[in-house]
Amino acid sequence: MSVEALKDLAAHIEESHGDAVRASQIVVGELTLLAERDQIVKLLRFLRDDQQCNFETLIDICGVDYPERSDRFEVVYHLLSMRMNHRIRVRIRTDEETPVPSLTALWPAANWFEREAFDMYGIQFADHPDLRRILTDYGFEGYPLRKDFPLTGHYEVRYDDLEKRVIYEPVQLTQEYRNFDFLSPWEGMTSEIPGDEKAVTEEVPE
Amino acid sequence: MADTVHTSIDDERKFTLNFGPQHPAAHGVLRMIMDLDGEVVTRIDSHIGLLHRGTEKLLEYKTYLQGLPYFDRLDYCSPMNQEHAWCLAIEKLLGVEVPRRASIIRVLFSEIGRIMSHILNVTTQAMDVGALAPITWGFEEREKLCGFYERASGSRMHAAYFRPGGVHQDLPQQLIDDIATWCRHFPIAMERMEVLLTENRIFKQRNVDIGVVDVKTIMEWGFSGVMVRGAGLVWDLRRSQPYECYDELDFKIPVGRNGDNYDRYVCRMEEMKESTKIIEQCIELLAKEGPGPVLPRDSKLAPPRRTEMKNSMEALIHHFKLYTEGFHVPEGECYAPIEAPKGEFGVYLVSDGTNKPYRAKIRAPGYPHLQAMDHLSKGHMLADVSAILGSLDIVFGEIDR
Repeated sequence: MSVEALKDLAAHIEESHGDAVRASQIVVGELTLLAERDQIVKLLRFLRDDQQCNFETLIDICGVDYPERSDRFEVVYHLLSMRMNHRIRVRIRTDEETPVPSLTALWPAANWFEREAFDMYGIQFADHPDLRRILTDYGFEGYPLRKDFPLTGHYEVRYDDLEKRVIYEPVQLTQEYRNFDFLSPWEGMTSEIPGDEKAVTEEVPE
Repeated sequence: MADTVHTSIDDERKFTLNFGPQHPAAHGVLRMIMDLDGEVVTRIDSHIGLLHRGTEKLLEYKTYLQGLPYFDRLDYCSPMNQEHAWCLAIEKLLGVEVPRRASIIRVLFSEIGRIMSHILNVTTQAMDVGALAPITWGFEEREKLCGFYERASGSRMHAAYFRPGGVHQDLPQQLIDDIATWCRHFPIAMERMEVLLTENRIFKQRNVDIGVVDVKTIMEWGFSGVMVRGAGLVWDLRRSQPYECYDELDFKIPVGRNGDNYDRYVCRMEEMKESTKIIEQCIELLAKEGPGPVLPRDSKLAPPRRTEMKNSMEALIHHFKLYTEGFHVPEGECYAPIEAPKGEFGVYLVSDGTNKPYRAKIRAPGYPHLQAMDHLSKGHMLADVSAILGSLDIVFGEIDR
């Protein structure tokens, strides 16, 4: 899919749903829309049903965590149109409390993807029929893919020979997990001069 | 394994059955809680995650190169295909060109992986419906393919052979010749296997009109790969969104007509034949192109040559930096899909410009397929559940991640 065709597509979407799309960009040949959280169902229904878009297949829904932002989570939707042979990515932002409208009414396939995002990040989905944990253990606590969740977790399991069952114990490491920081301060000049970030007052949508 | 609970007093026919997590027909660790009305399935609640290893979390703490072997462990029936998606995602962000020879080798091993996966699926599905012989014959061929994996990478399964920018090492000519010999022999072995299954009365009774998938189901449930082609849609990423050198190769895309288990079986059998043809073409291309680099020269992606390191301090530093710090990937995000044997396998990669991924989401084809288990099995008999499950071609390495 050429960049020109993607530009046309982006223009077409923004023309009809300008209020739902905050920004659009084409990087490495992929079209990304930054959308409004409340409008997401409306926007994706349009993307699915519009003749020019025709994104009929929901490829993926996933969360991304940016703890330093006020809206710390991003929910990323990947769509595919087999008929038109093009793809699109839609991103929205949310925080720990604000629920994201569920897409299960549009695609039943959204069910497990949203359950996974809930399981891994604790992102809430409104009107989801069955928002249970999916990949983690029965009775698991915490949200493992959040950046503040330790890689080693909190509990470990083992089979106890005396009690003849699997038991849960707090993680005990004989050696602290070593996370090497290879980042060198001597990576050379960057295009931005330190201190430039203070000049920007408003958050620029990426 | 199967404990029954009566849920209703007035209707003795309705009960709940627990299938798995250790069941030979579950193809891994799947637990399904099935509501039955007599022998008819009314609802399936799949419990997954019993093989969850936190791959995505681990990837965030490893350099790009260290993350690569985790991909072998996703769909362990065709390990190199998964590595391919990871490499493509990194290359997309880096903007690296893969050397021609490496690209052909990648396609060659991707197709070997496809045959490995399809042999495993077709024969184990046949075993689920009662045919015990095909698996022994199929695995004889599969074992030879594992041997090719081992000779290329040093490992039968967890190869870690593909690298961002190319492949780890060039193939020895003897190995290429042996693969060519195998390609001539394989169609005969396939035919023997087909005689056992394709027209087999019992196999047909168990699979024809079972687990029918229509276009609406495909779109609603996010299907890909054979699940789509079995229903008659011509959709193959190798053709429609070609990567590597697939656009130069001559191969057909087999499609089914009815979208049932049997059509998917036929599709997989035909795809294996097409893959054999692709492998033969790759071998021809390798001979035509002649020797060449398999990793980009003079880049920070490839280690310097051993001989060079004996004499050059810079080469030694480069080697050390590559295997400790690794390379940095420019800030950005991308999604790289490949046509894995089971469907569309994709990697959504978010980079913050450091040597580790900020977020790597693995889109496994089996995930939405298994999700539709409830939809596909409703109204079928209990015995059909394992036939449908086998036909979905699920592997828990990639579903649970």
